[in-house]
Amino acid sequence: MIGKFTVSVIVSNHFGVLNRVSGLYAKRNYNIDSLAVGETENPAYSRITIVSTGDDYMKEQVVRQLEKLHDVKKVVLLDPENSVGVEHMLIKLKAEGEAKADISQLINDYGGSVMDFSSDFITAEITGSSKKIDSFIEAARPLGILELCRSGLIAMIQGTKNIMSVANLDPEE
Amino acid sequence: MKLTGAQILVEELVNQGVDTIFGYPGGQVLNIYDELYKNAHRIRHVLTAHEQGAVHAADGYARVMDRPGVVIATSGPGATNLVTGIANAYLDSVPLIAITGNVSTSLLGRDSFQEVDIVGITQPIVKHNYIVRDVKNLEQTLKEAFVIANTGRKGPVLIDIPKSVQVSEADYSNNVKICVKSSEARRTCDLTTAINAIAESKKPFIYCGGGVISAGAQEQIIELSKKLSAPIGLSMMGISAIPYSYDLNLGMCGMHGRYASSAAQAEADLIIAAGVRFSDRATGNTSEYTKGCTVIHIDIDASEIGKNVSPQIGLCGDIKEVLTQLLSRIPERKNQEWLDMVTKFKEKEAVEPNDEFTPRNIIGLINSSFAKDTVVATDVGQHQMWTIQYYKFEQPRRLLTSGGLGTMGFGMGAAIGGCIANGRKPTVLITSDGSFGMNLTELATAVSQELPLVIVLLNNGVLGMVRQWQTLFYDKRYSQTTLQRKTDFPLLARAFGAEGYAAESLADLEDIVGNRLNRKGPCLIDCKINIDEKVLPFIPPGGSIKDIVLH
Repeated sequence: MIGKFTVSVIVSNHFGVLNRVSGLYAKRNYNIDSLAVGETENPAYSRITIVSTGDDYMKEQVVRQLEKLHDVKKVVLLDPENSVGVEHMLIKLKAEGEAKADISQLINDYGGSVMDFSSDFITAEITGSSKKIDSFIEAARPLGILELCRSGLIAMIQGTKNIMSVANLDPEE
Repeated sequence: MKLTGAQILVEELVNQGVDTIFGYPGGQVLNIYDELYKNAHRIRHVLTAHEQGAVHAADGYARVMDRPGVVIATSGPGATNLVTGIANAYLDSVPLIAITGNVSTSLLGRDSFQEVDIVGITQPIVKHNYIVRDVKNLEQTLKEAFVIANTGRKGPVLIDIPKSVQVSEADYSNNVKICVKSSEARRTCDLTTAINAIAESKKPFIYCGGGVISAGAQEQIIELSKKLSAPIGLSMMGISAIPYSYDLNLGMCGMHGRYASSAAQAEADLIIAAGVRFSDRATGNTSEYTKGCTVIHIDIDASEIGKNVSPQIGLCGDIKEVLTQLLSRIPERKNQEWLDMVTKFKEKEAVEPNDEFTPRNIIGLINSSFAKDTVVATDVGQHQMWTIQYYKFEQPRRLLTSGGLGTMGFGMGAAIGGCIANGRKPTVLITSDGSFGMNLTELATAVSQELPLVIVLLNNGVLGMVRQWQTLFYDKRYSQTTLQRKTDFPLLARAFGAEGYAAESLADLEDIVGNRLNRKGPCLIDCKINIDEKVLPFIPPGGSIKDIVLH
């Protein structure tokens, strides 16, 4: 079955590692819908969250191929039922005259905040599920989007467990 | 003890038990070569004519020795000339350490003279690679590289060492900790389902690949075969895993495999696949391949299980360990009915002997002229398939052939490395005019090293394998496969300082080979064969046993 899935990858925090991970996706003909990367609580490691679209075959291969990379310390396929995820977006909207009020209302409705503005535009920050961000974009589209920038999903397993202590999760398990 | 980077490299190579390396000097490896000069009594360096020859030689050496081969090249073109050889080692899971020089760290990223990002270039074709930016990390990196290359599923590791790192100093303690993760975590060995499947099977078939050779599991495979009355089919990489003379060894299956092997595989209700990756050349149509049959796949690499064929039962682990456990838990089951059927398949393969100057007879003659432990290298194409079909390999690690990448030009380098690894005993290269043309410059190396290399050149004046496909699938439009080169190969060999002969009959060939045995230096034997000799049987791509072309 084809669908979106998310993997969390803990990697050594040194140069070139992101290239190895994304290169593996390219070489194996897997797509990347979004990718977010940053240092973890332990500066020796970075965490990469990758969202892809694919079937069960691809899900299993992604995990197993990633696990073979020397710089990859841990790979977990996140179960959507048991994980929390969030994405950030900066969006610059045309805001002239009466439209301004509508835009402020929309940002408010989505719990966003205004990061920058002048007489003819507003830049807002929206945080939430990827779905929520998609829906904001759709709502804002008629108002005139000047540009937008999404962070890509970041996600974690629910509960107290640290990713390093989680057993490898195969799609069928 | 403070040592320079170049000294650390040499010390660590010696520490890893390396006594032979292959390579080619250049501007950014001068310091390394200076240390090699001073350490010539500890490490023998084999200078090739081209870096590609060096990397194939290191590959051939590794296959024969069962330990990492080492190759050194300079930055830029030296490094890029290694690329094909690294990819070749990667696809055939050969342990290889490639060391490249690079420009000093201060010049990196500035498109300096002979600078390339070889770490970036080789990333998809190595098990791992490194650029060492600080001499303090060099010792640890080298130690890790050898472990990575030679454990789990083996493969190539490249280490790029900028010139500034070669000249800087650091402590060499031979006591640093390395951090290489183990592949143990993925290992699953639930034997119960496998044992049940074996108990239920009436026509078991064992399919062996290169992983059986890597794991040294030949004995276990034969024991399993005897216990279950199961015939054995081989992938190309698995060819020398089982002695030819073992009566249930049916040889290679797949596109150019033997009839009995492919037929038994298609008839089987259980395939026990060990150390194979179910390449498209081996399986053809994968849904036909596994129809009505249970597959048990044993491999050390978890990602191989389910990659090309979805087995009902996957056992991830060292093949020798898995089979040993399995063997202790399965009873002996004689199965005469199945053995009789296999015998019938074999009978269908029988051919009338003749004394024509054909690839089959040429290879047969070479086979009977050389000792059982002779290393035989091939290039890629028709002659490679003929060698695999007709040469009777009795020992593992004696066939050097480019399996996964299909690298024309592999043979000369591989034969040089293999000959050196096998104590410089007489070594055979079976090649063709097309493949030999790609790296024949390594004749110079075989001459300078005085290697007793017998090059059997099957000369048909065409790129035979491609021509065969053009005959069958492109209505005989022989686009760019007719060579018209007029090369005088015996004369060419003599120009290099080797001996050169032409054979036109089996009697000629027998005389030449007889005279050549126990003589120093390489020789080439030009064997003119018929332009339309084909590799048969042939299962067209994506086909199955039903589509097999026998004549």
